Amino acid sequence: MTAVPVTPGPRRLREMSGRAGWGILAWIVAIAFFLPVLWMVITAFKPESAAETWPPQFVFKPTLSEFRLVFSGMGPFLTHSVVATIGSTILVLLMGVPAAYALSVHPVRRWRDGLFFFISTKMLPIVAAIGPLYVIALKAHLLDSIWLLIILYTAMNLPLAVWMIRSFMLEVPKELLEAARLDGAGRIREISGVILPIISPGLVSTALICVIFAWNELFLALNLTVTNAATMPMYLISSVPQEGLYIAHLSAAATVASVPVVLVGWIAQRSLVRGLSMGAIK
Amino acid sequence: MAQVKYVSATRVYAKDAPPAVDALDLDIRDGEFMVLVGPSGSGKTTALRMLAGLEPLDGGRVEIGDRDVTYVSPKDRDIAMVFQNYALYPQKSVADNMGFALKMQGVPRAERERRVREAARLLDLDEALLNRKPKQLSGGQRQRVAMGRAIVREPKVFLMDEPLSNLDAKLRVQTRSQIAELQRRLGITTVYVTHDQVEAMTMGHRVAVLSGGQLQQCASPRALYENPVNQFVAGFIGSPAMNLQTVPLADGGARLAGTVLPLPAAIRSAAKAADLSELVIGIRPEHLHLANGSGEIGGEVMLVEELGADALLHVRLAGGESPVVARAEGRRPPGLGQHVTFRVQQDDLFAFHPVTGARLVG
Repeated sequence: MTAVPVTPGPRRLREMSGRAGWGILAWIVAIAFFLPVLWMVITAFKPESAAETWPPQFVFKPTLSEFRLVFSGMGPFLTHSVVATIGSTILVLLMGVPAAYALSVHPVRRWRDGLFFFISTKMLPIVAAIGPLYVIALKAHLLDSIWLLIILYTAMNLPLAVWMIRSFMLEVPKELLEAARLDGAGRIREISGVILPIISPGLVSTALICVIFAWNELFLALNLTVTNAATMPMYLISSVPQEGLYIAHLSAAATVASVPVVLVGWIAQRSLVRGLSMGAIK
Repeated sequence: MAQVKYVSATRVYAKDAPPAVDALDLDIRDGEFMVLVGPSGSGKTTALRMLAGLEPLDGGRVEIGDRDVTYVSPKDRDIAMVFQNYALYPQKSVADNMGFALKMQGVPRAERERRVREAARLLDLDEALLNRKPKQLSGGQRQRVAMGRAIVREPKVFLMDEPLSNLDAKLRVQTRSQIAELQRRLGITTVYVTHDQVEAMTMGHRVAVLSGGQLQQCASPRALYENPVNQFVAGFIGSPAMNLQTVPLADGGARLAGTVLPLPAAIRSAAKAADLSELVIGIRPEHLHLANGSGEIGGEVMLVEELGADALLHVRLAGGESPVVARAEGRRPPGLGQHVTFRVQQDDLFAFHPVTGARLVG
């Protein structure tokens, strides 16, 4: 460390400018993604009269009136969404763990077929299934019922959850399971005492993704529920009136609907990163 | 406590592939420290896992204490295993790790804690460590916890699968003697797998040498060293390895290093009986004695490895054969490029069949 170059060499300059270029690109992309969200949040605080103007108004008197309006009407929708989301996520985990176990740690016969079957259910466009689903729901007297949404969201998220949990289980060192077997742990004990504690960050991230997907789901809710089970995304749609200005109201409703997902994501951030990048088990 | 018996125990992983363990017959005495040693792929770990019940048998049987356990599940075999990577439960405390098997057996909590503490004391594990998680421990401590988990169970047989391979060299040597001493004190039959022949020689009451899924020889360390049954065992046991040279037979001996090395009559007659024109000569490095020009075989020193007490000489023989290694007094070893000659005592010569590798003795 005797001769410290005063000016960076040409190669180093090129490296630095290259890095700066990537940095700028990353910022542009990030802002492009974030801008609509920011716009939504800002608009939510505008009075309806200032929301839809050209050029857009950046100076305005913020108001909570639209939020007040949103809160006054969303009670039942919120309840339905919470019940459907939490209910389906719990069911997904309860069924996903044993299913993933049977496809990874102690694979059943023809486990490949099983695994493919799970993912194949995601390949069919849901639009193609809506007709039969409607008829089944009708005959089962489940139309416009929260149970229907719980069942459908469970079915919707289960394949993905099985695949995710399975990949976490595959990361559990084989010797640990063998040690548990030698120590006399049965299947149940093996799962609850050895596997689950290790893959818990993975389970959290799986649950989180299920929560997000169920919370945001619109198509099934729109076609199979009316009032008794209508969810938050449906409330957003109902915020759009046939006539008149509605952008500020819609923005406020959308902001409220986004808050839980953002909040849950933020809280679970750490385990989400850990879960999605497992392998750090050692 | 119990003896262990493998009877024609066979394990085939894939059809058409040679068996990973091929009709293994092995008797392990009550309280014995038996080491299974061999290069990777020799079947030693598979043999151990067959005893543990983690690997099914495709033929033959395994007995623990006169009881056929071939189809008994691992937990009912009354064994404890120490894994190469320790396999400690990462979310459980050290105490819970050690007591897990007892918990599964329904041993009451107080008794469990007593036995865990006793095992910790036996292993010099600080009581303060008992509440820590495995990842807060050093490698050596983890190793001892893994040992502790086995001891706590008071099993009939200890199984150890390369338990020292994750430790650094110094700790390995230290732990090696601790394990051997612990085993002697507890008197529990132990089957220990390693690829390290020094570990095998220093720890085992008897050592079973495996290669290609087959048992080559099972004997005490000294017997393996002095009387290897074939070329594989001869080359595997001993450090540095025995010098093995394929040499043509000549009148009264074998042609090596440009001269005729006299062979004992027993070897000569055995070679004659087998109708051989060449054979494999084996000389251990410590049996090549420097002879100041008066020795039978000579060559040029290519490399000197100073070990302190000894020096290892790599010598290119005068006949152009592959180099041999000789152990010399460390104080004043010959220099690089120097011409040296060695004297070899006839009793120290080994001879093997060049095709089958079997030992040639009269």
